Amino acid sequence: MSITEVQFQATAVEDAPAQAIEGRSQWQLTWRRLRNDKVAVISIVVILLIAAFALAAPLIASLLGHGEYQAFPNTGTNSFGQPVGPGVNGFPLGTDGIGRDLLVRIAYGAQISLFVGLFTTAVAAIFGVSIGLIAGYFGGWVDSVLARIIDAVLAFPFIVLALALAAVLSPSLAIVVGVITFFSWAGISRIVRGQTLSVKEKEYIEAARSVGAGPWRIMFIDIMPNLLGPVLVLATLYIPTAVAFEATLSFLGIGIPPPAPSWGNILAEAQDHYQTAWWYVVFPAAVLLITTLAFNLLGDGIRDAMDPRTERIFAGSKTATRKRDRRNKRGKRRPGLDLDQAILVGEQADLSVDKPLGEGSTTTTGKEG
Amino acid sequence: MTGALSDEAAQAWPSDASMADDILVRVENLVKYFPVRGNGLVRRTVANVQAVDGVSLTIPRGKTLGLVGETGCGKSTLARCIAGLIPATSGKVYFEGNDITNLRRRAMQPFRREIQMIFQDPYGSLNPRRRVGAIIGDPFAVHKTASGNDRKRAVQDLMARVGLNPEHYNRFPAEFSGGQRQRIGVARALALRPKLIICDEPVSALDVSIQAQVLNLLADLQADFGLSYLFIAHDLEVVRHVSDSVTVMYLGRVAEHGPGDAVYDHPRHPYSAALLSAAPAADPDSAAQRQRILLTGDVPSPINPPSGCRFHPRCPKAQDLCAAAVPPLETKAGDPATHLTACHYPVEEGEALARAGRREHR
Amino acid sequence: MSLLEVTDLRVSFPTADGVVQAVRGVSFSVERGRTLGIVGESGSGKTVLTQSLLGLTPGGQISGQAVFDGVNLVGLDSRELQKIRGKQISVIFQDPLTSLHPMYKVGWQISEMIRAHDKSVSKAQATDRAVELLGFVGIPRPRERVHDYPHQFSGGMRQRVMIAMAISLNPKLIIADEPTTALDATVQAQILDLLLRLQQDSDTALLMITHDLGVVADIADNVMVMYAGRAAEKATKRDIFYAEHHPYTKGLLESIPHSSAAGERLRPITGQPPSLINLPSGCKFHPRCAYVMDRCLDEEPTLHAVGDAGAHRSACWLPAAALGEGTGAEDLRRRAVAEGRGADAARVALTIAAAPEAEGSVIA
Repeated sequence: MSITEVQFQATAVEDAPAQAIEGRSQWQLTWRRLRNDKVAVISIVVILLIAAFALAAPLIASLLGHGEYQAFPNTGTNSFGQPVGPGVNGFPLGTDGIGRDLLVRIAYGAQISLFVGLFTTAVAAIFGVSIGLIAGYFGGWVDSVLARIIDAVLAFPFIVLALALAAVLSPSLAIVVGVITFFSWAGISRIVRGQTLSVKEKEYIEAARSVGAGPWRIMFIDIMPNLLGPVLVLATLYIPTAVAFEATLSFLGIGIPPPAPSWGNILAEAQDHYQTAWWYVVFPAAVLLITTLAFNLLGDGIRDAMDPRTERIFAGSKTATRKRDRRNKRGKRRPGLDLDQAILVGEQADLSVDKPLGEGSTTTTGKEG
Repeated sequence: MTGALSDEAAQAWPSDASMADDILVRVENLVKYFPVRGNGLVRRTVANVQAVDGVSLTIPRGKTLGLVGETGCGKSTLARCIAGLIPATSGKVYFEGNDITNLRRRAMQPFRREIQMIFQDPYGSLNPRRRVGAIIGDPFAVHKTASGNDRKRAVQDLMARVGLNPEHYNRFPAEFSGGQRQRIGVARALALRPKLIICDEPVSALDVSIQAQVLNLLADLQADFGLSYLFIAHDLEVVRHVSDSVTVMYLGRVAEHGPGDAVYDHPRHPYSAALLSAAPAADPDSAAQRQRILLTGDVPSPINPPSGCRFHPRCPKAQDLCAAAVPPLETKAGDPATHLTACHYPVEEGEALARAGRREHR
Repeated sequence: MSLLEVTDLRVSFPTADGVVQAVRGVSFSVERGRTLGIVGESGSGKTVLTQSLLGLTPGGQISGQAVFDGVNLVGLDSRELQKIRGKQISVIFQDPLTSLHPMYKVGWQISEMIRAHDKSVSKAQATDRAVELLGFVGIPRPRERVHDYPHQFSGGMRQRVMIAMAISLNPKLIIADEPTTALDATVQAQILDLLLRLQQDSDTALLMITHDLGVVADIADNVMVMYAGRAAEKATKRDIFYAEHHPYTKGLLESIPHSSAAGERLRPITGQPPSLINLPSGCKFHPRCAYVMDRCLDEEPTLHAVGDAGAHRSACWLPAAALGEGTGAEDLRRRAVAEGRGADAARVALTIAAAPEAEGSVIA
């Protein structure tokens, strides 16, 4: 048994008795590991807070008595017609150029951003995974055509398209969603296609074919579950891209049309006021930054949680040791944790790790009883 | 002609079993070439990997045919052609008299229930993301023969049959040892009560003590269900133990075929003799006494195989005729009719090939 | 004086779920010009054992002694170990595909190794030596092939390249970790022949790790059978094969197809190797042993002498004279079991008898 096998096999099942009937799925393990990752947990909390913030926008508006589009030229602007600062006249974060409550507008902007981010990523993922699977599995001319389409989409200058569309039709949420989805699916598709190409060669796919499974069953029942991990990571990292994309489009004036607030168009308006009203820039930018950062860190966390590394095993974290001691004290002496029952999740989660077969495939290196 | 059966050999095949309908599978002159494409804009075929070059064999009902050979001999490719996983370039495969060569997927579906495969790699042959119950239940789902609770019960029956705990129905493959995973593969293959199971090196990746367990299981299943096996392995001792008859392949062709004892005790083809002498035996005395026939070099590439008899560059007995003409597969003088050899100068009784074959390593 | 004398070597790995005791007190010695075969299955610790000698086990806690030519390898700092690795002790791994660097020419890899240990050698000299070595290990047209990449060689040739690298600095000891497992039988025969020739020419000691008893029968002088991180039996080759003592060794020999007539059922060892985190009590083999006695459940047997010569040692409570497969030995065993077995041991034996080939934990 090679040294790496010792290390991986040492990731023994923690709750063996409870798992007597139910197997531990990849997701359960990933979640368990994610829970222990402080950064990821904080990111999740932040995202939930922002979501709550977005959903509570109407509530905030009614509590403050400031509507989303309501301008308060008297209380909201000072004698020079400029925005008032945070805390002044009952505006918690100040006002914008025409005296609207910045906090309320940022909250409604959050609704747009999160909606765009999640919706476009979801649609792009569904579409991208399907195209990627089909291209990767069928190969041949199907793959050639689809791969070229993917390349073309990826090479396309998206701003130009958005500008053109906005010129022909007036800017709207639909265009924003359409453009962002259009450019997101291709990236996912390319990754999925690559993964499909490699998974397709695995022996268990050949086994499925020998049982008589047809191509669609193989694609969606056998191959897809092996892709969901990387796709999840990818999607989580695409969300902030979509959010930033939307902000960019709105900033350029071809996204969400005013007066509807979006972090992007708030920042666009702020360009004229930043010298006198720092809050006009700082708060929307900060929220945008925090949101993007949180999703990025969460994506990293998920990726790490799906792919346990050796260091994690040797970490022998204090919490894990404490938990284990507590469990043992409670009298639950775990019956023989069979090493053979240990989950080689590391090797299974990482699609690129293959047990190397010797020349001519006479034997494999991992000899197991 | 490439490896075509001589008349004598054609007569010999049916006498593997006394009656024609005792033959489950008949392969005739199977050829499989993999094209090697050039690098131009239009990628023309510049050469062919001649993986299987005219192989004929039969598998009798309820018996085991062992298939041995080394890297590049084409045994795995041959197995996959028989199973319909790879289309054959030419030649025919008959299952119970039906021509199943290169059938389209829908037409092949009923035969898929009869021909199943067990794979070599216990780690790679099971989908790591699916539960074991789902994996074993796949055949039922694909062929729509059982669903819901019926399927679950059938799967648990199978698990018990192969020596697994039926309560582990919902576990993932990663939670089982290598030997247990092979049993899962066996259960999957057994699900639809096939007539033929092609075993592609089923025990090569297992520890010695577990190998024995799995081999016993396969023997039991054969007795209980009347299965036929096409057993591919490189471990000659294992093949001898399980097989009724043995086929030795070299570089895409059959070198020798016959009942297990005949081939192992009286190999007529120099390659079979060399292979047998090279196989490690767990017996120090016989290992010390054995005259190893050491062949020089490695197996040549199947893209550009030698002319005539493909073994001639490495053969200790090679003569001019060997490079010029392909030896037919036929019964040699003194052998029973079922023992076929493709050689112009077969090994004679008591001939000491070791001395003739020993070369310097310089 | 032995070339390598290992005393009570222990290697363990702390993990989040417990300590993996990979090697639990192993002692052996290797003489110049002789071959020690270490036999074991998965989980026996054989690979960790040899890798720990050369400091190739990051994170492992090693204790004990491994005296090589007067120097204790355990606890040696990495700079000193680096000087020994390659020059005095070299390793041949199982899979040459992954142990040769795929992006450097084969000749370059060999000559680099030579020059790394001896700065006075020029590039040209090192390349010449590489060519000489490739020729020695049986690679045809070495002068041309020295400029090839690993992927341009077949499996057997690649393993020969590994051997060439391993012998380039004339090491005193070669550790071969399953060098022929991934190779065809005829190529395996060639490689083993080469290793033997090497040994004869240069008096190199060989430490051969394998699970294949056939390889051991061929080239080993002495054999150590490992189970669950410890030596189960140590003896000369003939003793291991013809006068085995430990039931695990006996089980291994009985389970290979060679020992059963064709068509007969094989006699495998029941159950599976134990978890290295949660080892059974007493003798680690007892859940799978057909001769289990009461004593085996509580006390782990030490390695003591059996048979006549002191060289044959076995870690088993069965009587020392119960060697081999003869009726006399079997009688001795049966009598010992009858006298030494009470309720617990009987229960273990029953579980084995009732489900001869069931997988999973044998102790219900």
